[in-house]
Amino acid sequence: MTGTSSSAAWSGAAVSRRTVPYDLVRELVLALIGSAALIAILAAVLSSPDVPPLTIQAWAQHDPVDFVTTAVDELAGQSMSAAYGPPYTHGDGSVQSIGPFSPQTWAGVRIPVDPARDFVLAPLSDAAPGNPTVGSALAQYDAASASQQSAWLDAYSKALGSAQASDGHVVVAAGNYGPLPQMMDALLAIARTGGMDGLLLRSGRFYQTDFTRPLLFMGDGTYLAGLAQEAHLLGNQWGMMNETGSYPGQSWLWLYTLLYQIPPFNTSASADLGVVVTMGVLTLLLILVPYIPILRDIPRWIPVHRLIWRRWYREYARGAGSPRARSHGA
Amino acid sequence: MPAEVSQVRPRETRAARRRPNWTAAVRDRIARALPIERLLPERQPAYVGSWVYVFGVVAIASLIWVVASGVVLSFFGPGWWHISRVGRFVNSIHFWAVQLFFVFTVLHLWGQYFAASWRNGRAATWMVGVVIFLVSLVAAFTGYLSQQNLDAQWIAVNAKDAVNATGAGAFFNVLDFGQMYGVHVMLFPALVVTLVAVHLILVRMRGVVHPIDAPPEVAEVVEAAGEVPGAAEPAATAADITPAASGPAS
Repeated sequence: MTGTSSSAAWSGAAVSRRTVPYDLVRELVLALIGSAALIAILAAVLSSPDVPPLTIQAWAQHDPVDFVTTAVDELAGQSMSAAYGPPYTHGDGSVQSIGPFSPQTWAGVRIPVDPARDFVLAPLSDAAPGNPTVGSALAQYDAASASQQSAWLDAYSKALGSAQASDGHVVVAAGNYGPLPQMMDALLAIARTGGMDGLLLRSGRFYQTDFTRPLLFMGDGTYLAGLAQEAHLLGNQWGMMNETGSYPGQSWLWLYTLLYQIPPFNTSASADLGVVVTMGVLTLLLILVPYIPILRDIPRWIPVHRLIWRRWYREYARGAGSPRARSHGA
Repeated sequence: MPAEVSQVRPRETRAARRRPNWTAAVRDRIARALPIERLLPERQPAYVGSWVYVFGVVAIASLIWVVASGVVLSFFGPGWWHISRVGRFVNSIHFWAVQLFFVFTVLHLWGQYFAASWRNGRAATWMVGVVIFLVSLVAAFTGYLSQQNLDAQWIAVNAKDAVNATGAGAFFNVLDFGQMYGVHVMLFPALVVTLVAVHLILVRMRGVVHPIDAPPEVAEVVEAAGEVPGAAEPAATAADITPAASGPAS
């Protein structure tokens, strides 16, 4: 069929009474104008959400005890990041699986993170040249045996449970913590000046855009989660489809978010994998609707199509098969 | 010179005749599959006069505003809209255009589902449409991660567990702003726009699906407009369209 002959079939004599005038371009232009007006009004009146990001500096200033507690957990290997597993570490604390199916482990550790070194020891080493106290504390810590380090960390971690913040320092009950109080005091001081925000981005290159380390570190604390809770962003607050302020959020994630609220997902240690697999299956079904008997028949059973083509059905039934030539685009 | 021309031309002509012209073949194939009259029609079947077709058009209009505002935002950089009133307004345009895009995309999806718009050789159109919706979700997700605010931080910290659980986190690091911003401003917009173009071409190639249980002569009009021959649904009789049958919606 050539262009000329198909043209004749489309708009020539064969079209007959069953077609109506239609202006596709005009419809699109009108939609562009209408949507632009609506979008501009919404933008001007309601603006858009933009709560400033949390910095490690702000975290250390507003909740120094949580900051130090998190740092000690990192050093002791007891934080979520330290035990996470692939793609960050060789642990298995956050590895999810359904029976033997565990795709998280397939690629191994592709984004290596060493929380004790990256989040605590390396920043302190950077500060040591200008701070003899830090230098000697680090030397004492490095020289100690693993069991001694563990005993200090255990005792200090327990003491932090009743710690107080005072004048930019974290004060704990007297005890045998080795050099940890000096180390953590120095780390807190670095963080309060904003130094940690830069040090955790360090990559050995001038340009940096990878925030994996600072975000993992902040995620291990409770301060960021507290801010998220205040903004109704937690998972059990349907947070995946919320956002800060009174904005609609990602409402299109309602089904994905819903699954996290119901069994077995809301009690599963592998909830994420279970939800993603479930959504994957549902998505595949949606894509393949044309080939799935029951799903493709539902539109015939539920007569929404009678609403969609209401005028056509009415006029066709009334007018012996010749709907009058009217169209929203005409 | 005439003498030289007369010596060269016949050889070229003979060579051209021996060798098929790929360009002409592609051009003819395109012309057969989608003549310009079908791509930009002046007439449509009468049943196209329904509000349900507005949803798709508004979704496309919203997408155009999403891309336009996104181009401005990317030109001035990811930090601009946090410190500029104009930038904030452009970001708000981007934000609300995205909201509108999803609202009308979902309405379009449901509308086409209940119209069973995959009938008569249109399965590919439906499937590409669903894939557009899915790719758009990922595009929006990377947009949220690129905001450089508290929302972006929290979404990244939480989403990493789901992405890592699938194994994709080893290659798609939601905590890496550079990667997320890059795919958000380049890869996903290109994917969405390309898929929308494919979707529209398929819609124009196949024509708009006729009403469910429409009599054969209605389907014939669509057939003449370029539907896949031989893929018609079981023929309904004119008696299927009766006042009683259409009563509830009348």
